[in-house]
Amino acid sequence: MTGIPRIAARFAALRAEGRGALIPFLEAFDPDRATAMEILRGFPGAGADLIEIGCPFTDPMADGPTVQRAGQRGLKAGATLAGTLQMVREFRAGDAATPIILMGYYNPILSYGANFCADAAAAGVDGLIIVDVPPEEADEIEPQARAAGLDMIRLIAPTTDDARMIKVLAATSGFIYYVAITGITGTRSATGAELAEAIPRIRKHTKLPIAIGFGVRTPEQAAEAARIADGAVVASALIDVLAADLDAEGHAKPGTAQKVLDQVAALASAVRSVKKGA
Amino acid sequence: MNKPLPNSLRQGPDARGRFGPYGGRFVAETLMPLILEVEKAYEEAKHDPAFMNEWRRLLTHYVGRPSPLWLAERLTQKLGGAKIYFKRDELNHTGAHKINAVLGQIMLAKRMGKTRIIAETGAGQHGVATATACALFDLPCTVFMGATDVERQQPNVFRMKLLGAEVVPVTSGAATLKDAMNEGLRDWVANVHDTYYCIGTVAGPHPFPMMVRDFQSVIGTEAREQMMAAEGRLPDLLVAAIGGGSNAMGLFYPFLDDASVAMHGVEAAGKGVDTEEHAASLTKGRPGVLHGNRTYLLQDEFGQIMEAHSISAGLDYPGVGPEHSWLHDIKRVEYTSATDDEALSAFQLCSKMEGIIPALEPAHALAHVIKIAPSMPKDKLIIMNMCGRGDKDIFTVARTLGVSM
Repeated sequence: MTGIPRIAARFAALRAEGRGALIPFLEAFDPDRATAMEILRGFPGAGADLIEIGCPFTDPMADGPTVQRAGQRGLKAGATLAGTLQMVREFRAGDAATPIILMGYYNPILSYGANFCADAAAAGVDGLIIVDVPPEEADEIEPQARAAGLDMIRLIAPTTDDARMIKVLAATSGFIYYVAITGITGTRSATGAELAEAIPRIRKHTKLPIAIGFGVRTPEQAAEAARIADGAVVASALIDVLAADLDAEGHAKPGTAQKVLDQVAALASAVRSVKKGA
Repeated sequence: MNKPLPNSLRQGPDARGRFGPYGGRFVAETLMPLILEVEKAYEEAKHDPAFMNEWRRLLTHYVGRPSPLWLAERLTQKLGGAKIYFKRDELNHTGAHKINAVLGQIMLAKRMGKTRIIAETGAGQHGVATATACALFDLPCTVFMGATDVERQQPNVFRMKLLGAEVVPVTSGAATLKDAMNEGLRDWVANVHDTYYCIGTVAGPHPFPMMVRDFQSVIGTEAREQMMAAEGRLPDLLVAAIGGGSNAMGLFYPFLDDASVAMHGVEAAGKGVDTEEHAASLTKGRPGVLHGNRTYLLQDEFGQIMEAHSISAGLDYPGVGPEHSWLHDIKRVEYTSATDDEALSAFQLCSKMEGIIPALEPAHALAHVIKIAPSMPKDKLIIMNMCGRGDKDIFTVARTLGVSM
């Protein structure tokens, strides 16, 4: 990669535009590779500013039932980490600008081997969220990520106190992912008041953009997250749209991807309606 | 207990919770502050004489410790080799070794001001122990149990309910111990403010592998004194079953620096380690990260975790405690395995010859003893950890043997 990293460039451009980012999530290979690819390719056109792609894992400890089932469908459809990178590579062939964050658990990455970060960067991945690698355990993966030019996006939770936050922030690049609730994905949502208190607490310590995830479901919630922070990550709500459209055997129908993309468009329109100071 | 020597094998884990390259704290950020809080609270508690005295009081008067060291004379004669002793942790209140560490952890939870307890369970022994301690300490308790295990361990499910615990059947994955642990971690993330996760084995993020081992070491510490009293010397061989590995760590740990004491950990070979249906993580797995720690895991070439299989719900886990992974690598402990069929034979033999119905977990350890004792000289001493009683397993065994009850 040359020049400004895609994630920093995208947030800078959005700041100049005076708006926040919509960051939709998809689980690789859910419910099959072609449908997932159609959704991934369609994201930017539907209004995605950045994209988070999840690599399925058998034991997703931080995820609620919706993402768990998405992962199980993905695995059944043959998802692997290498296969996920190949999806990104194909996406990148048609889109050089939209940043992609790969979200996953550590074991498949360890299993892939020491070339993972280099291969991910070459495929067009810009940042990593590795759910079960806190800064204390990042001594192996972090130098590899840095050498490959990948941002290490870290989670800050309501349970992260100020002293710990400084430590986590020091190990973060790209943006901060604020986990809005103490809980797993797709369960409950934070209130606007909770977020309005939490985000300034992080801002005191960092100039990095902050995206809010976990429990951001509706266009209204996405708009609120974009107003209070710099972006909204929407995952389970999109997977719910996808899952609701699958047939009895769990297969996608011809319009499934479009239904997800329509929901992304609704979220994007809400996020874009919020004007922010540059 | 002896003070560890500078080159002692009993100094782990390091400050990062590592045993060699294994262990650590591979958890989501939401849990990280709480894990650190548990570690700090445990460090304080273990140096607080009042805390430790209260734990020991409970072990003596509530659990019934020390558990006896029983010379299994008829079995020894039949096998015709080494002298076989059972460390009888199956006589503990609640019927297994699990209660030793549970009482320590529930006391710690109280000390931390936590008001709700959660636990995972496989065979149900840890769930029963946790439900028991929660009844005693008047704390609400939720136990996560794979739906498959709920089915095959009905007596323990009913026990937990009698004790006032809520049992939540987990249907994700293969619906066994691994999935129950995922669900336990998910619940904990959502309820960090008031909840303590009472982990049942020497796995999970630091400090759990260390803490559970420390509490379970009462087994080995007693066994050492009892063997000295009975034979005037240390045993030659320790044998224990390995699922997550808590009963084995408890027996082995106090002997790790005694070079003359050999140790064998017995994994569940299910239908055979060369089939796809077993739970032998050290024998057939490779290192990876699951449930907060780095350790040997049963996984496919892409790093996806595989389902374990064992007739024993307590051994049906695709990982193993990180300290065992390290002891395996440095070859201090030899890890071997026993199949479902071998465990079933041992289960029946022990019942008939010693009048002790073992749990299916230690039946695996016994199956190994049956294999090796005959070839050992008669003056050699074996201690096998009889870590649980078989009442809970009679239905499974009856079904397998084609007996209707």
